[in-house]
Formats: sequence, structure tokens, C-alpha cells
Amino acid sequence: MEVAKLTDVTRIYKIGEVETHALNGVSITIGNGEFTSLVGPSGSGKTTLLQLIGCLDQPTSGKVVIDGRETTRLNRSQRADLRKGTIGFVFQFFALIPTLTAYENVEMPLLLNGRNSAERKKRVMELLEAVDMVNRAHHRPDQLSGGQQQRIAVARALATDPKLILADEPTANLDTENGEQVMEIMKRLNKETGTTFVFATHDPRVIKYATRVVTLHDGLIEKDNHSPAK
Amino acid sequence: MINYFKLAYRNLGRHRRRSLLSGLALAMGTALLMFIAAFFQGEMRSSMETTLRLNTGHIQVQDADYDPDKLSVAWEYLIENPEQAAAQIEALDQVQAATPRLFASGIISAADESIGVQIMGIVPDSSANAPYRDGIIAGEFLTADDREGIVIGLPLAESLGLKVGGQLNLLVNTSEGSVDEQKFVVRGIFSTGTTAYDKGIVFLPLAKAQAFSGAQNHASMIFILLKDREQADAVAAAIQGSGYQVKTWTELNELLVLVNDFSNAYLSIINLIILGVTATVVVNTLLMSVFERTREIGILTAIGMKGRQVISLFLAEASLLALGGITAGSLIGWALSAYYSKVGIYFGDLGMSSDMILQDRIYPILTLDSAVNLIITAFLITVLASLYPARLASRMEPVEALHGAK
Repeated sequence: MEVAKLTDVTRIYKIGEVETHALNGVSITIGNGEFTSLVGPSGSGKTTLLQLIGCLDQPTSGKVVIDGRETTRLNRSQRADLRKGTIGFVFQFFALIPTLTAYENVEMPLLLNGRNSAERKKRVMELLEAVDMVNRAHHRPDQLSGGQQQRIAVARALATDPKLILADEPTANLDTENGEQVMEIMKRLNKETGTTFVFATHDPRVIKYATRVVTLHDGLIEKDNHSPAK
Repeated sequence: MINYFKLAYRNLGRHRRRSLLSGLALAMGTALLMFIAAFFQGEMRSSMETTLRLNTGHIQVQDADYDPDKLSVAWEYLIENPEQAAAQIEALDQVQAATPRLFASGIISAADESIGVQIMGIVPDSSANAPYRDGIIAGEFLTADDREGIVIGLPLAESLGLKVGGQLNLLVNTSEGSVDEQKFVVRGIFSTGTTAYDKGIVFLPLAKAQAFSGAQNHASMIFILLKDREQADAVAAAIQGSGYQVKTWTELNELLVLVNDFSNAYLSIINLIILGVTATVVVNTLLMSVFERTREIGILTAIGMKGRQVISLFLAEASLLALGGITAGSLIGWALSAYYSKVGIYFGDLGMSSDMILQDRIYPILTLDSAVNLIITAFLITVLASLYPARLASRMEPVEALHGAK
């Protein structure tokens, strides 16, 4: 079963008169339970690809099918629905809401999904436990270290049990130890829950966890290596 | 359900000083408007009441050819035997008082000073003359059979250096077109609180005024006060007759009624201008907030927050700001109005036209009606204006919003 299938996708950004070809016809299928890294130099198109899979952006041409739904046919609101039910995000700059506590940040996707308060509480505590942050539940992001913030971001991405988690450079702003810790957590959750993870990264620490490494260059897939599960 | 107000409260708390300042702008605007509304209300009510009480009454019955500006006492312009008609009118249920009055023009001189005045012959006992009788601050009011006494206003007494018991010389234009002159003794000095009125009028008993001016058994008008001024048209219709004219207070005070009506429109315009300015401050605060929180909005939309939920979030912030600012402003505005409604605001002699009389001191009146109106308007304008930044935030594409942060 596939979670995401992209067929001949291009994405051209226009800034004034200048056209930037971020993707030049990419076809890729992401299967269930994969732990995939998109790698490549800056400007190779990996973040763009990630954003298209995440329904944060629309392709200039081509077809993007996420969880069986073609995203180009969805309007803003339907895409928001698809995101909140199917996809979780982890960004490189620990993208937490600064006014909310760790607990409330993890709770937010559940609120947006209309879960009742008992369900929310149970789920949030489960997740905080999974990322070992229960004792920091009521801290605000500015009271947490980078690694701790990223663990909360992972917990938030997992909150609604999405099929697919997309992470853009999740370790870029973390030191080695915290980076390893975050990756360990994600790998463990991948194994335990079968959630699919896709990373955009050029961090070898991330790549070494991946079961599949897709190398992009100038907006095209250059290599696609499957390796045995680690 | 997302608790937007909890989020909004925390977001406003991020920049306490900024939130406080925009709340303050709203508070000052609201307080100012509330006070202005109270002041207008007080001014309009005072000028209306003062004009009706002192000057025009609710209804006047005059000869068909009478011209109030000429103060002529020629018989052809006057009503004959007014007492009987006045008594009949006063017997009507809706009528509080009906009394004949004779107006003549004259010149007062005392020592070396001479001042032109309006001489008003009155029936001293009539309750219509209460404002003058109750306004006596020295000496006493007239009696009907006094033949040498006169009552004058405080500003006139001061400028002529007259005291109770003092003598003055009064010159009058008579009904034959000549002048007559006589000495009078100041029986009393009155003040109605309206300098402009008090400085130009003197009172004589009607019989004396009639004899002095040659008007004999005539009067310029029957001055009528009603129990309820809204009854004026009905009463006027009931006492209509040939040879004389019946004028109601709306006809007698066209300008004042117009100004009164216009003042509401005027006030609405002031409201819109000031609330427009304060709403701009709030919109500006929210706009800054939207731009600063571009990334955050991106995160929220990335995890599935919808456009209308983003709008709700920012409208909740606007509502909280509005609630705080307007509540504080209303309290200040109410306190200011309450204080000045007791002590009044002194303007002194603003001059008088026959159309509009203002008291020297204006007492603001804050009605519940105008306060509630203002509060609702201020709240609506603020929240509606905030739709702009809120929609701006809701339309951000998540990917662009996220880029905005880097």
C-alpha cells in the first residue's frame, strides 16, 4: 500500500520575471511504513518535494495523490482537512506555538480534529511519555532546550495518528546527542506504530537511520536506494 | 472546541505594553465620546428647557399681526382682555399655566448709565413666572398691585450699580408712538442662571405695564405652559380661533428644534471619526501581530487549522482588546459625566439670540441609551475593522507563511 504517489511533478516558482525550476518532473511512490530520506544539496528540490507531499504547496504540473486523494483537485479547506487527518509535520526550527505549553502544543492538532477532552488528555500523556517529556508538560517552548522542543514537535506530529510524518531537516538545529535522541524516538515510533516517515535532510546522522534514500539533484531524482530495514 | 479567548489572551500578553497602549487608545476614545455625548445631551436639554421655560413657553396665543421682534404696544397688534381667555385656557386639563404677558421696549437709566431693555408685564402670581420668582436673590418679587416697583436681573443691577430699594428711571415706547418716563424702585433682583437673558429684561406687574405703556387692557400674548409638551399640537388645535394666532413651541423654536435634531447626526459623525481613529490603532496592533506571527500562522495551518479558525483567533484578540479598552473607557467616561453633571461646566454668558438660550453652566447628562449605543458601536467598529488583519492572516499559504520565518 502506498501513502503518497507523485507522477511527473514539476514546481516552478516565479519571482518577478525570474522562474526557478524547483522540480523538473519527479515521480515517486512512498510506501506504508517507510523511513525515507530525501537528500541532495541545497536547491535540489527536497524541501519543495516535501511540501508537495504535505499539501502545503501545489505542483505546477503533474499529479500528487496522498492517501488515495488527488490533492490538486482539493480546495484550501479540503487540503487543510487532509493535512490534519493524515499528515504530521516536524520542522527544522522547532515550530512550536510559543504561547502554548508543551502539553497544549501537542493537544492542538487533537483540538483541531475535534477530539473530546478525555481522549485528548489520554493521547497527549501517551505521546509525552513516548518522547519522554512528561515532566516538562507544562513548560512553555522558551523554557525548553532545542532537543526538548523538537521532541515535543514530534509528539505533536504524531498526535492524530497520521499515516505520514514529514520532517524538514529535523536535526539541523540540534547537537549530536539531541539529534540522535530525536532520531531514535522517530525510528522507534516508526517501528512500533508503522507510521511512514519522510525526511528532507543532508545530515548523515539522519541518513543512517533511513530504509530508503532518495537523492535529488537539480529538481530530478538522481538515485533511489532501498536498504534493508535497520 | 478551541478556546480562542485563552489563546487570544496569551497572545495579547506577549506584547503587554503594545496591547495596553492600543487598549488605552480605545479607552480614551470611548471616554471622550461618552463625555461628549453627555455634554451634548446636557447642552441640548438645557437650552431647550431654558428657552421654553424663560422665553417661549409651550404655546403662545398672539394677535394675528403680532411681530415679536418689534415689541410694539400699538393696540392693533395686541390681544384685548387677555385675562379671560387665559383663565379659560388654564382650565384645560393639559395646561399647567396660561398667563398674559405684555412686552414693550424701554431704556433704563441710573446714575450716568443707560441700557436698552425689554419690559415684560406679568401677572406675578402665575406659576408660569416661577423661574423668575424662584430666582430672586435679593429683595422680593412683585405683587399685582405694585405701582412703583420693578424687578431686574443681577447682571443689569451690577452694571448699573443698583441694589434693592434703589431708584431707576425707565423710559418706554408707548402705544401712541411716543415715549413716557417714570421712576421705579428696585423691589427685587433675580438670577435665572442665564446671564444673556437676565441682563436684558425687567419685570413690571401687568396692570402697571399696561398703564405705563398705554396698552390699557391689552397684552402681547398669552403664554402657556403644558404638563407635557408633546401635547402642544392637540392643545393648540383646541384653542384655535379667528383674529389671533396660536403657535406651538416647535414653531416658536424652529432653529432650536433643528439644532437638536442635527446634533444627533453631528454626534454620530464625531463618533465615527474618533472610533475610526481608535479602530485604526487596534487594526495596526493586530497587523503587526499578524506579520510577526507569520510563521506561527503557517504552523497552525500546516497542522490543519482552517482559514475561519485563524480569523476567529484574531477576532478573539480584537474582541478582548475592545472589551478591555471600551470597559475602561466607559468607566472613565461615566465618572467624568457623573462628576460634571453635579458641578456643571461654566461657560459664562454665551450671548443670546431670541432663538436659543444657554445657561451659564452646562450640566452633562449621560443617558443609558446613549452610553449603550456608544459601547455597542465602538465594539462593532473595532471588531469589524479587525476583520482586515484577520482575513489577511487566514489567507496566508502555509508554505509561504513557513518561509516567512526563515
